[in-house]
Amino acid sequence: MKKVKQIRVSKPFDLLSEELVFIILDLISPTSSDLKSFSLTCKWFYQLESKHRRSLKPLRSDYLPRILTRYRYTTDLDLTFCPRVTDYALSVVGCLCGPTLLSLDLSRSGSFSAAGLLRLAVKCVNLVEIDLSNATEMRDADAAVVAEARSLERLKLGRCKMLTDMGIGCIAVGCKKLNMVSLKWCVGVGDLGVGLLAVKCKDIRSLDLSYLPITGKCLHDILKLQHLEELLLEGCFGVDDDSLKSLRHDCKSLKKLDASSCQNLTHKGLTSLLSGAACLQRLDLAHCSSVISLDFASSLKKVSALQSIGLDGCSVTPDGLKAIGTLCNSLKEVSLSKCVSVTDEGLSSLVMKLKDLRKLDITCCRKLSGVSITQIANSCPLLVSLKMESCSLVSREAFWLIGQKCRLLEELDLTDNEIDDEGLKSISGCLSLSSLKLGICLNITDKGLSYIGMGCSNLRELDLYRSVGITDVGISTIAQGCIHLETINISYCQDITDKSLVSLSKCSLLQTFESRGCPNITSQGLAAIAVRCKRLAKVDLKKCPSINDSGLLALAHFSQNLKQINVSDTAVTEVGLLSLANIGCLQNIAVVISSGLSPSGVAAALLGCGGLRKAKLHASLRSLLPLSLIHHLEARGCAFLWKDNTLQAELDPKYWKQQLEEIVP
Amino acid sequence: METEDDLCHNNWGSSSSKSREPGSSDGGNHTFAGFASQQKWEDASILDYEMGVEPTLQVFDEMKASGQANVDFLQGVRAQAWDPRTMLSNLSFMEQKIHQLQDLVHLLVGRGGQVQGRQDELAAQQQQLITTDLTSIIIQLISTAGSLLPSVKHNMSTVPGPYTGQPGSAVFPYAREANNVASQSQNNNNCGAQEFDLPKPVVVDERESHVVEEHEMKDEDDAEEGENLPPGSYEILQLEKEEILAPHTHFCTICGKGFKRDANLRMHMRGHGDEYKTAAALAKPNKESVPGSEPMLIKRYSCPFLGCKRNKEHKKFQPLKTILCVKNHYKRTHCDKSFTCSRCHTKKFSVIADLKTHEKHCGKNKWLCSCGTTFSRKDKLFGHIALFQGHTPAIPLEETKTSASTSAQRGSSEGGNNNQGMVGFNLGSASNANQETAQPGMTDGKISFEEPFSPMNFDTCNFGGFHEFPRLMFDDSESSFQMLIANACGFSPRNVGESVSDTSL
Repeated sequence: MKKVKQIRVSKPFDLLSEELVFIILDLISPTSSDLKSFSLTCKWFYQLESKHRRSLKPLRSDYLPRILTRYRYTTDLDLTFCPRVTDYALSVVGCLCGPTLLSLDLSRSGSFSAAGLLRLAVKCVNLVEIDLSNATEMRDADAAVVAEARSLERLKLGRCKMLTDMGIGCIAVGCKKLNMVSLKWCVGVGDLGVGLLAVKCKDIRSLDLSYLPITGKCLHDILKLQHLEELLLEGCFGVDDDSLKSLRHDCKSLKKLDASSCQNLTHKGLTSLLSGAACLQRLDLAHCSSVISLDFASSLKKVSALQSIGLDGCSVTPDGLKAIGTLCNSLKEVSLSKCVSVTDEGLSSLVMKLKDLRKLDITCCRKLSGVSITQIANSCPLLVSLKMESCSLVSREAFWLIGQKCRLLEELDLTDNEIDDEGLKSISGCLSLSSLKLGICLNITDKGLSYIGMGCSNLRELDLYRSVGITDVGISTIAQGCIHLETINISYCQDITDKSLVSLSKCSLLQTFESRGCPNITSQGLAAIAVRCKRLAKVDLKKCPSINDSGLLALAHFSQNLKQINVSDTAVTEVGLLSLANIGCLQNIAVVISSGLSPSGVAAALLGCGGLRKAKLHASLRSLLPLSLIHHLEARGCAFLWKDNTLQAELDPKYWKQQLEEIVP
Repeated sequence: METEDDLCHNNWGSSSSKSREPGSSDGGNHTFAGFASQQKWEDASILDYEMGVEPTLQVFDEMKASGQANVDFLQGVRAQAWDPRTMLSNLSFMEQKIHQLQDLVHLLVGRGGQVQGRQDELAAQQQQLITTDLTSIIIQLISTAGSLLPSVKHNMSTVPGPYTGQPGSAVFPYAREANNVASQSQNNNNCGAQEFDLPKPVVVDERESHVVEEHEMKDEDDAEEGENLPPGSYEILQLEKEEILAPHTHFCTICGKGFKRDANLRMHMRGHGDEYKTAAALAKPNKESVPGSEPMLIKRYSCPFLGCKRNKEHKKFQPLKTILCVKNHYKRTHCDKSFTCSRCHTKKFSVIADLKTHEKHCGKNKWLCSCGTTFSRKDKLFGHIALFQGHTPAIPLEETKTSASTSAQRGSSEGGNNNQGMVGFNLGSASNANQETAQPGMTDGKISFEEPFSPMNFDTCNFGGFHEFPRLMFDDSESSFQMLIANACGFSPRNVGESVSDTSL
């Protein structure tokens, strides 16, 4: 806005060249409403803004003709907000954008067929990127149409389950310039199609083959690709040692390999898979079937330059971890989440070698105690991200050391830990901390939180889920100190009242606000947030019985960016719901209220929210709403979820945690 | 040509009695055919006799005398037996006779099927005249003449045997061959039809021969590999072509029934009396029966066709290993391919087992390349495409059609829903919104409640041009998919695209 004012001061716009305005426009963030204000200034600005904009993300495909006529120079068109994109809409895109269009995202859209794609392929000859994920109806014939887009370089076909080798074959022959292909979940595509892709498209850099029924056979061709950098083989059960036995390759370009959930791959297969990948930087072996032992680690000999390794959900031995530390001592990221067998001994011997470690994930490694945390703090001063949810054996003292030694921490997940106020005081020394998760930390109070509020001014995300020691005082210190806060979760913090919400309204960048199960917050508090936090996109007010229609009316009026709202088990009626229809980009709505909603009111509200994609409603409404209405909304792209949970009395938080621990062995 | 083809296939595909119907190709004479099948019941015994040893030899002798051993037997039929004049006279003769036959058949039916004597023979003769004539015409016309040959069989079966002096045998002396072809065609036809045609034991035999023939082919495949026996180290036998084409090689000395295998004959012999049931009679004759007897010279076979590489006169003679090899070789190389695949109607075979093997896979997996080449296996197609620049997999026609229909269905079902929504749920704004989604024409008044927050409201451009978008074109997915098919068949895609844009804009 400031820049706009400056322009106004220099009155004669004639002196201002287009190029200069463009430079100014480059600097205006496209996410804010500043661009809109700019274009509304005068006709000339309006025209300039139309000329300048390159990327579009329209809310409805119905607007496409008008939008695309205004923005003639659109290169990137993202239609993920449009659940229904017909062939007509695609032909509009084809005709209006023509050769200027470079990228198109149809991953969340349905209702189009080969005819529309053909128009697109023929008209937009320069199309470089297209995302057709989730086109579950897409068949080989449609793929043959996609193959007409000769200049295509990036193609995503995730979850196109009807595609077979034939369709991929057509694409492989037609789109020679492809360098990024994602075939995740294309379960009809096998070795032959993928092999042909590797033979025909020599420029491929990134290939996602996750969950494909391929075997090691096609990898022989794939690893001959000269430019291959990224290969994702997640959940490829057919890739086994036998089919990789004869694999000898020299794929120096390979930087990232994801072999997670490849159940039939052991260290033998992995050794041949890694044999030529000397420059590999990232390796993901999550949910690997074999034990990460000394033998297994030996298969990593060839990839000593590895920077990131993922071993989530594997069973690891201390020897294996030690060997990994010795072989790949330049590791910067290690993920061991849900590795139940990780012990202090193993982790200590690993992190001792990794002076360069930046990211460590030890979520749910329940055997770990303060010893490993001390070792981490002492040997990894450069740590940026530490996720250690549910490491319940770690003593409070260990957290003091983390704050002292790892000053560069940006992301810290301490969910379900024993950390106390002293620990938070120490952590508040991490000045660049941007994400802090303190869910289910029953030992922390407002005092500890006030340290964070004073120290971590860069905090963007704060999670206080079920941290019941927190009250309005703590939240207000956070709201004062962390003005960049974007996401806050205060669910089930029962002592929180409207005061917190009023103070949080100072954080004008707030996008996500979750306050489930807070009985003391009312519509007034919500209105305060709605008025001042213009970017609010996600609001969860479930089980806040004091929230009523007036709160929603405020939201509907002020929060024009709202995309997702949950008002289940509140005092909201159809009046409030109907007012939500005022929010143009609302996509997800959850209103599981067992009584007090009239079917016609709900129906009107649902019809009013034109961009709705998901509606969660009480099961009793299912029979009351006209079937034809439901069909109509489904045809419009809205999915329904019917719930009949009855509201349960909130348990005492201490008791709740006890219950949780009983479930977890 | 097409109609002729169809005719052929029909004959093939339908029951044997129909294929035997000579009238079906030129006007149709059902009574005649009815008579034919009627007659067959009566001739069952004759049929058995016809396979007897003595008459066969007789026929062989005749043929050797005629000196046609190396000529394709069908040509032989045409050249020797038929000059147009006799054909014509026969035809006119039959024209008259058909009417007589009609009466005859009625008479026969009245008698309850007891047919004997001269009239029967006469009818057989007429039938034969027509059918053989028909056969020769069709042979000339289309290469799939074999499909009509069964019509010969029936007649022939009545001709030799006890009445060798009849004109039938003179007209068509190759009883063996005709019979052979006929029995093969029978194999090809349904067993049900066979059961109708022939007495039970024969049917069983036919079934056995199925199995045997399939094995035979494999045998020969092995043999074709070629072995390097020094010349002279083996004894060369050469069967005459009649012998080769004979359906059976082992004949019962008592009843004259023929068998393909000696073992089957021995099993058959048990039925003729207890003396054949002894272990000695059932045991394999000759082979190692006398221990210590000097080893027999290896037998190898030569093809009777002069100039063939398998003929002993050939410079680079390669002998055939077994009689089965000889049979299959001769049929494959020197006989007409009379068995047409009932699925693709293009592939033809002379050995029935080959046809069966082909039919098993025919049409099942047609992997098609844009260049028109088809592959039975997908990996072969992909290998082909990987090898040749510019070739692309062609999506089968059915799939494009089904996907078109499904998308059309999808569209129509949505349309249906929309309509329902409008009818069933009577909110004014709702139906407006509905129309808005269904018809994104830019009539602003319609966007009733969406209007306040439509970001483009201030944008008052004229979109008249878009009303010219042929929305219908997409509904008519059939036509657009035709273009896809054209694409898949290797037409220039760019041009197709251009034509689309031309028609639509």
